[in-house]
Formats: sequence, C-alpha cells, structure tokens
Amino acid sequence: MPIKILAAVAALLAATVRPAFAEPIELQWWHAMTAVNGERIGKIAADFNATQGDYKVVPVFKGSYAETMTGAIAAFRAGNPPHIVQVFEVGTATMMVAKGAVKPVYQLMADAGEPFDPQSYLPAVTGYYSTADGKMLSMPFNSSTPVVYWNKDAFKKAGLDPEKPPKTWPETFEAAKKLRAAGMPCGFTSAWVSWIQIENFSAWHNLPIGTKANGLEGPDAELTINNPTVIRHVANLAEAQKDKSFDYGGRTTEPEGKFTSGECGMIQNSIGFYGAVKAGAKFAWGVTELPYYPDVKGAPQNSIIGGASLWVMAGKKPEEYKGIAKFFGYLSTTPVQEAWHEATGYLPITKAAYEATKASGFYEKNPGTETAIKQMTNKPPTDNSRGLRFGNLVQIRDVIAEDLENAFAGKATAQQALDDAVRRGNAMLRQFQKTMQ
Amino acid sequence: MERRVIFSGWLFPAALLLPQLTVTLVFFFWPAAQAIRQSVERQDAFGLSTVFVGFDNFLALFADPDYLASFATTALFSAAVALLALAPGLLLAVMADRVVRGAAIYKTVLLLPYAIAPAIAGVLWMFLFNPSIGVLAAALRRLGVDWNYLLDAPQAILLVILAAAWKQISYNFLFFLAGLQSIPPSLLEASAIDGASPRRRFWTIVFPLLAPTSFFLLVVNIVYAFFDTFGVIHNVTQGGPGKATEILVYKVWYDGIVGLDLGGSAAQSVILMAIVIGLTAIQFRFIERRVHYA
Repeated sequence: MPIKILAAVAALLAATVRPAFAEPIELQWWHAMTAVNGERIGKIAADFNATQGDYKVVPVFKGSYAETMTGAIAAFRAGNPPHIVQVFEVGTATMMVAKGAVKPVYQLMADAGEPFDPQSYLPAVTGYYSTADGKMLSMPFNSSTPVVYWNKDAFKKAGLDPEKPPKTWPETFEAAKKLRAAGMPCGFTSAWVSWIQIENFSAWHNLPIGTKANGLEGPDAELTINNPTVIRHVANLAEAQKDKSFDYGGRTTEPEGKFTSGECGMIQNSIGFYGAVKAGAKFAWGVTELPYYPDVKGAPQNSIIGGASLWVMAGKKPEEYKGIAKFFGYLSTTPVQEAWHEATGYLPITKAAYEATKASGFYEKNPGTETAIKQMTNKPPTDNSRGLRFGNLVQIRDVIAEDLENAFAGKATAQQALDDAVRRGNAMLRQFQKTMQ
Repeated sequence: MERRVIFSGWLFPAALLLPQLTVTLVFFFWPAAQAIRQSVERQDAFGLSTVFVGFDNFLALFADPDYLASFATTALFSAAVALLALAPGLLLAVMADRVVRGAAIYKTVLLLPYAIAPAIAGVLWMFLFNPSIGVLAAALRRLGVDWNYLLDAPQAILLVILAAAWKQISYNFLFFLAGLQSIPPSLLEASAIDGASPRRRFWTIVFPLLAPTSFFLLVVNIVYAFFDTFGVIHNVTQGGPGKATEILVYKVWYDGIVGLDLGGSAAQSVILMAIVIGLTAIQFRFIERRVHYA
C-alpha cells in the first residue's frame, strides 16, 4: 500500500508542479478486469501518467467482458466511444469487420510515428489479432490459455502423489474418483466449459473446431465439434457428473469458488486465475498442463489463447491518437510486461518480456507460472490450433454451454447435444455472415 | 351528479395536456416506433450498414424452435408467478386485517420486500440457493435433496418463480388490505348475526367484493412477470440451464445486447408489445364484465 500512496502523491506533485497551461489530454480506457488484475490496470495507467504530462489515461471498469464490449458499441452508436476498449477474444471477429468503427493498431502506430515492430511480439499471441497478411489490428493485452490447478493437500488426503498431477484424461477421471472417495464434495470442475472443454480441447488434440482453419480463412466456416473424440469426451464428463467426480459449476467464472474454497480438488481454468488462487487459496496448490487422451494421434498439440486485446475506436482527434500510440508503446516495454505477467499470470506479449522473466529466475521460484506459455508453444501450430475466428462467437459459446448443460444433466446424449450445438451454432454463423454483406 | 368544467378556449386545456402527452410521445410512442422500424431491418452491431429485410426477422423467429420454447416457458412462469404472488398476498391481507394490536408493525414488515429491486432480490436468492455457497442449498443437501439448479431445470424454474413471486407478494398484500378495509363492516356484521361462519363470510361476501381488486392485481402481476422479472432471471440463472428459464423478455435482451442482433431483438419486442396489448384488451373486455363491482 505505501508504494501506491507514494505513487499517487508523486503523480499529484507532478501534476501541480507543471505549469497550468498544459492540461493533459484525457484518454478513456474501458476495461473488464476485477480484483488483482483490476488493481494492476490502475497501476499501469498511473505509472504511465507519471512518466509524462501530455496525456492522462483514465481506466474505467465497465463490468463483464460482454458488458464492456456492448457498452463501447452503444457508446459508438451514440457518437461518444471511449478511446481504448478491452474486448475479449470472442469479440474479435465482430470488431474486425467493423471497419469504420475501429482504428487498426498498425495504422495508429504508423500515423503517430511511434516505433513499432510487430516482430517483437509473440506470434502465438499476435496471430489471433492480425489480418491474414500479418497486420496487427488490436493490441494484445491480457492473453491467457487454460491450465489445470490442483489442490496438493486434497491429493495427499486422497492417497495421491501431491507432486504428480494427472497427465492424461483417463488419469484425471481416476484421480477425481479417488478425491470423491476421500470425501471431497467434488473431484474436479471446469470454468468456461465451451472455451476449455470444446475449443481448447480440440486444439490440444489437433482436431478442427470448424472448417476453413477454424474460421481464420473465411466467414463461411462451419462448426465440426460433433466428431467422435469430442463426443467421447463430453460423454465421459457427463458420466463423471453423475458421481460428482466432475461437477459442473456454471458457464464462465462461477466455478472458480469451488476450487479456492477447497470443494473441488482440481479446476481447469484460465492462467489469468493464477493471481486469485495465490491470494485466496488456503492450501498448497500447483499449476500444470491440460490433460489429453493418449490414443488420439498428435495429442498434445498446443493450446490456444483467450483473454482480451485493446481496440482503438474511430473518430478521435489526431493528438488523442498520438497519446494512445504513446501509451501502447509504454505498455509493450519489458518492465511493464514483466510486472503484469508476474502479478497476474497472463502471458507476456513480447519476446523480450518473456526472456527477461526467464532470466530473472521467476519461473524457478514460482513453479507452474511458465506452464501456460510452454503449453501454447508446445508444437508449431497447425490449422486446427492456430486460433479461431467465428462471428457471433459470444452466442455460440452460450449455445455450446447450453447443450453441454443438457448433456451433463442427462437430458441429452453427448451425440445429441453436440449435433444440436453444431446446428444452432452454424445458424448463428450464417446470420453473422449476412450482416457482413 | 356530474361535475363539469367548461373551458372557454382550447389553448389552456391543450397546455394542461401537453406535459403528459409529451412524456407519452417521447418515452412510449417514439421508442415503440423505433422498435417497429428496426424489426424490419438488418443492421450490423455498430450501425454502419442497414438493410431493409421486410419480415425476414419475424420469419426467422418463428422458424426457431428455441423461440417457440421460450413462449411456453414464459406462459408457465407468468401463470405461476401471478398465482404464487396473489394467493399468499390475499392470505396475509386477511390475517393482517384481523390484527388489532401492533397492526402497523405487521404491515410495515410485510411491505419490506417490495422496496427491494428485482435485481437485488435475484442476488439475495442466488446467495441463499447457490449450489456452491448458498446457506439454504447446504441445508437442502443435508436433507438429502440433490440441489443443483445449474443443471436441474425444474429446480431452476422453481427458484426463479419463487424469487419473482416473493417480491410481488407485498404489493398484492397492500392492495388486498386496502380492498378489505373498504368492505362495509355492516355487511359482515349482518351475516354474522345470521349465523354465517367466518369461512362462509369470506367466500360469499369478502371474496366477491374483492373481485375488482383481484382483477386489477391479476393484470398487474402478469405484466410484472412478463417484463419486470428480468433482474431476477439475469442474476439467478442467466436463462439456464440449457434454455430452461429463458423467458421472452430475457431473450429480447440477450439477442439485442449480448448477441448484437438488433433486428431480431426488435422483432421480438414488437411481438411482445402485441401480446401485451392483446392480453390487456382481452382481460378488460371479457373478464371485466364478470367482475362484480360494488
């Protein structure tokens, strides 16, 4: 806390000492970060404001990812959008086609004459936010990937080796049964079921989520998640739901509490959950890679990113764009990225920040923190694991989650649930394609 | 006897009507007209391109089995909420009406839930019944109930119905109480002297005389269940599990705000508007005739 107060005092002093004629230009930054991550955003903005006096970045918390994005869109329609808005990765396709509403980052940096080298960013991250010919449209910010967190104390109680988390899915289900047998109310759970159990599951097993390289090559892609491997997996989860060795806890972040409270022995969740576990868990825990089915050829492949990037809205003044470019330059500096990565668990976005973190010995001192980046760069990505770009993905995720709920509740077989998800998801893809014309 | 005020010109009465008319036009007719216009258009999220599509949005809705299922969910939900909000409201009003000492305290306490916004009520019930952290959920489990409304559709529907109805009981209580107090005591005394039991007095005198109140409340409660329960659904189930608790108004919000499909969302609003206009017209035309006004 004292550091924070000092920083605030320093910022205040800097503001009062400067002659009054140079009122800084305010730049609105809408975001969806809570808890530790939200505090870090406040610090990044305050630190940037303290380094110079021309611009003042004002972070504003706007609720969930979906609320932040729709808030910015509503503000754009009303003619007063924020300068910078944090949009989750599923909103990428919507933002990309909105040509008159956003200012592409590569253009922003070129116009402002700010030094900018796309090569210095991690390709696994920027690939997601770039055009087919490699032009960066938005600034990667908090990039994550799903990993497994396990409760070492619970493992010990269940007679499992606390230092050896399960590596494969069969081992995971078995460990979960043992956790239940030892009296845990739930073996394991999963946040973001569509993102982790369908999208990343597919990439990790080198299976397509949809045609056209998961939609990266065109908006006429169709979902292909009703394949035998995914069906088998969903059937296994539904079976495990019966005895609570797997316990579904909600579509997005709702199940997180089930892990930190000690109810579930394992959770599959974003690496962005790292800071919260560190702050909240009252037991020994670890982070490890996602499990896989050993009989699937090519598994494990590599996982894909989630999280969000920063989009710049159109219709602002040139001097404001100059300030945004400056801020993005500051955001990409190694110390800022390193601090963000180490505090939140989110991936660093530049190669230099990754190297610096490695050199600092942080990964040795904090085992598990390198898991996400290793898992994402496990193998050179294929068409199935480079990423995904589907329009209306926000609703498609809900559609998938709804159908998974039906499967977990025993109201539909895994086959029926996934067939239904494909049918309804494809209808949404076609609808999005229509609005693009 | 009728009292009539005669104005000499039209300017002054027009000026008196103007504020109300302005509010109605700006906040009711203009948005309604907007909705009708948007319902025949297809627009991208940012409003950069707009295409006239005729009745495409409506046709797409009625071809969508989820939309039709949402009708059934809404009908069940509204009927259950209206019933569960009206019956206890009447019961409490009858009982509070008999209380002599400390009546004000009872009435105040019974009115409290009405002061709670639907969203807050939703959060409250969510915290009580959340399968992971809810106090009552833990109690239910100890009783052997496999409580998990995140996967169990009937449990989820039951929970949102209870949460929505609970909030409305106070409102109904208040109106029933006012209705009870306007029943002339002489009628009840006369029938008591004739030897009618309290139960008989209630069903033959009180209940028929309460009909206008009940009828009014029925309309209000159905409209409440249709429109004002969004906060409850949003905070407790988000329409899940599956689409088990997705009522029409939730789907309007979801498709418009989350899905950014403004045309489809506007088309649903127009349908909803037609339903409510129809419902109100039917109720006032046919049910009102049978209501016994004192």
